[in-house]
Amino acid sequence: MTEPGQSGSLQPVVTDSETAGGGSMTKSELIAELSAANPHLRGQDVELIVATVFNEITAALSRGERVELRGFGAFTVKRREARTGRNPRTGEAVPVDEKAVPFFKAGKELRERVNRGKRESRKPADSKGRPGAGVAA
Amino acid sequence: MNTVTRAQLAESIYTQVGLSRNESADLLETVLERISAALSDGESVKISGFGTFSVRQKGRRIGRNPKTGVEVPILPRRVLVFRPSQVLKAHVNHVKPPEGGGDDE
Repeated sequence: MTEPGQSGSLQPVVTDSETAGGGSMTKSELIAELSAANPHLRGQDVELIVATVFNEITAALSRGERVELRGFGAFTVKRREARTGRNPRTGEAVPVDEKAVPFFKAGKELRERVNRGKRESRKPADSKGRPGAGVAA
Repeated sequence: MNTVTRAQLAESIYTQVGLSRNESADLLETVLERISAALSDGESVKISGFGTFSVRQKGRRIGRNPKTGVEVPILPRRVLVFRPSQVLKAHVNHVKPPEGGGDDE
């Protein structure tokens, strides 16, 4: 699939909008949900679990490694070459150094689920439904 | 290039938190499942210091089969986008995160 916005003027893009359903979940809300679902765990342990997950992903990416979580997605680091940028206000040319950018690509299962919308398939990831078993309707 | 998978993340939970290996793996799965469920609901998920996952609604547009040049409608769809936080960007570049840059949205 092509990315939008790079092939000149096709048809006007109708409605591209952020956050399709509105609302958001923060890290602390995630921790609260997990705590509620796991009353046998101490709150600080749940916090540590969530912190560990994201710290480990961050650490792996800093080592230049990729993190692949089947069904969920893959985190990778992309290299951006040095280029000459421009200060948009003054029009002045400024050198932009080479840099690394974290990148996430959603896995097939999650991509299809997000596109379908609403939580319906709430089974654990490893029950029968292999990702890719059925192609999108 | 080395690839980190669920196994290593579960192992880290095991060593950091001291739960059993089994439970560590289950909890990792639960974390991913909660995030996935919120995103499927169209919610965005903001993990401070890491980044924001959000769902973007794409409008219908006309695409083209690059091989045949035939126009095909691309139906409206919802896609997941991830915006890394300043902190995460700084980490992968081995620089210090910007001061007071908790703004990550």
